Amino acid sequence: MVSTSRRSDPDRVVLVTGVSRDLGRRSARAIATDPMVARVIGVDVVPPRGDVGDVSFVRADIRNPVIAKVIAKENVDTVVHMSVISTPGSSGGRGTMKELNVIGTMQLLAACQKAPSVKHLIVKSTTTMYGASNRDPAMFTEEMEPRRQPRSGYAKDVAEIEGYVRGLARRRPDVRVTTLRCANVIGPHVVSPLTSYFRLPLVPTVLGFDARMQFLHEQDLMDVLVHAIRTDLPGTFNIAGDGILMLSQALRRLRRPTVPMPGFAVGSVGSVLRSARLADFSPEQLSFLTYGRGVDTTRMRDLLGFEPSFTTEEAFADFAAGLTPTGGRVERLLTAAIDQLPPADQPPALSSVGGGHRG
Amino acid sequence: MGDAEIIPIGTRGRPGRGQGSGKPSAASRSLAPGPRKAAPKKERPAPQPEADQTVADDLGTPEATEPAGTERPAARRAPAYAEERAPTGGIPAGDWLVAFQHAARELFGEQWEPQLARFLAFLRRRVTGDYVVDEYGFDQEVTERFLMAALRPIAQKWFRIEVRGIENIPAEGGALVVSNHSGTIPVDGLMTLVTIHDRTGRFLRPLGADLVFKSPMVSTLARKSGATLACNEDAERMLRGGELVGVWPEGFKGIGKPYAERYKLQRFGRGGFVSAALRTQVPIIPLSVVGAEEIYPLVANLPSLARVLGLPYIPVTPLFPWLGPLGLVPLPSKWLLEFGEPIRTDEFDVGAAEDPMLVFNVTDEVRETIQSTLYSLLMQRQSVFR
Repeated sequence: MVSTSRRSDPDRVVLVTGVSRDLGRRSARAIATDPMVARVIGVDVVPPRGDVGDVSFVRADIRNPVIAKVIAKENVDTVVHMSVISTPGSSGGRGTMKELNVIGTMQLLAACQKAPSVKHLIVKSTTTMYGASNRDPAMFTEEMEPRRQPRSGYAKDVAEIEGYVRGLARRRPDVRVTTLRCANVIGPHVVSPLTSYFRLPLVPTVLGFDARMQFLHEQDLMDVLVHAIRTDLPGTFNIAGDGILMLSQALRRLRRPTVPMPGFAVGSVGSVLRSARLADFSPEQLSFLTYGRGVDTTRMRDLLGFEPSFTTEEAFADFAAGLTPTGGRVERLLTAAIDQLPPADQPPALSSVGGGHRG
Repeated sequence: MGDAEIIPIGTRGRPGRGQGSGKPSAASRSLAPGPRKAAPKKERPAPQPEADQTVADDLGTPEATEPAGTERPAARRAPAYAEERAPTGGIPAGDWLVAFQHAARELFGEQWEPQLARFLAFLRRRVTGDYVVDEYGFDQEVTERFLMAALRPIAQKWFRIEVRGIENIPAEGGALVVSNHSGTIPVDGLMTLVTIHDRTGRFLRPLGADLVFKSPMVSTLARKSGATLACNEDAERMLRGGELVGVWPEGFKGIGKPYAERYKLQRFGRGGFVSAALRTQVPIIPLSVVGAEEIYPLVANLPSLARVLGLPYIPVTPLFPWLGPLGLVPLPSKWLLEFGEPIRTDEFDVGAAEDPMLVFNVTDEVRETIQSTLYSLLMQRQSVFR
């Protein structure tokens, strides 16, 4: 909010990495519509598949020093790093994924450090870096560390990336570094390990565990990126919708039948599904589905001044609206039974659940 | 049942050796007192009269309509039989409906229709996931409707819990209930939960060990009933949110101690609960529970097996594992719960939580209070079971 009064005419040149993927492309477009932004340059190794609108696309690999030239030539002042991928997916194996994530970030940060024009760096990180275990506190705040250091996979990549980002913030104190730790992004258009899990017609769950989950709507992700560019506020922020949804509750809302099975069995089912390209169960995904995770968003609200327009529940409902239910027989039966009976007076109101609703 | 062949055992008071035949042997006949006469002729001993009565009632046979009290000689009783030996096509739908309506009236009373509608609406909410949990996963509806309802009879009828000093629990705002821990299985926590809810209407939010959240089923149930991990972050977060938080600082040392050491408080952790209370400036309410020690008297432990299974201990009680699942039934000891005077923490400075000596002193104060209350409650108790 400080910057809005300072600058009125569009003079910001924003570089967005990872625009080939849907979320990156749409975020870049959303940033381009902001009145403060003069130009948006999208960077990726492969061209985006959809319409990029006002975004000028530059085909460059952030893993090699070409990116520094792009930044210098275009006089970029704001870098939005969205090219951290959670799953190998189309890029190849785990090795490629790690290289894209870690080496790509290192190159990008090196280029940022060299470029005097860069004043603001926004990194889209994830709450996966907090891990998920039985020893987790209910709500992670930004100062907390994961209870178990991640040893592999996406979570480790993210931890390393955040380490390099902190390094840049130390070496270039004039660059305002904003790290946004976003909860699982969900929405009708999102393709991620979690959404493909929810899209399974028959959903395997971990027997005896019920994970607490928070979601961030795709629209809110774009809004928060634009908001972060506008406010220019350095720091690390957890970004998530209000409230908590239990995994069992979420699956019931989807009207999907579930198959509870022990954790190791879910893992092996996951590897079968991965080879069939139906879903991806990485170890951190499995622990997330077992223990879940919640993050505290007080800083997002009070410091960053951002208010998500979707709560966890609404974001999930928006996602669920696009799915065809594969179950729900019991519900129809109950509805039919209730319709037969005379309408009941209001159920005895439960006293409101104590504790803050902040999630 | 009625038409089963019944082989009588014994002689029904008549002389004889009771080998089932109607006639006593010649040798026993000579032993019997009274006139030497042949026993009255008897065809078949009668089967149990009650069972016979009900079957006969349904069939409407004339002899059976007499009240059971006037028992006639069994000799004239017709053998009971069912008209249709083969299974019929099933129970007619009308009978089902009548039975269902009757059952509904029994369950929900005369206002059964709205009651049932309400219950079905509740079921539908559960099935469609249309309910709210708080950030710790606390599901108030299920806790109130099922967990509390299931625990209440155990608390009131089985352990006959007697509560003292319930007025020490504040009606609102954060407070920390600190209790002794005993009983091999943390039943005392559950009983405290339901007692506090019934007496004050507030939900106690227990802090559980990480093992709780590692175990399948238990972890789900714990989160649903409002528990969270016993760590400083969660304790402070809950207390700041104005919750009534319950903590059992003895942990596994407390519940897993042998029966010989009953009512001897173990070390109170590292005093983390005190620093949480100091930081959030909420009162500490000491709670002394008498009776939980006797529910499963732990006479031995299997430490090596426990280590293999990753458990803190494996209890051996006089009933467990010898009686199998039956050994899990707790002994019906008499319970006394006394909530002590709140220990105020808002008088200390802001930095008090950083002063380890002060934290230790407050921890000791809480511990002493609970221990002395335990002794005085034990003096008042007549015996373990009364």
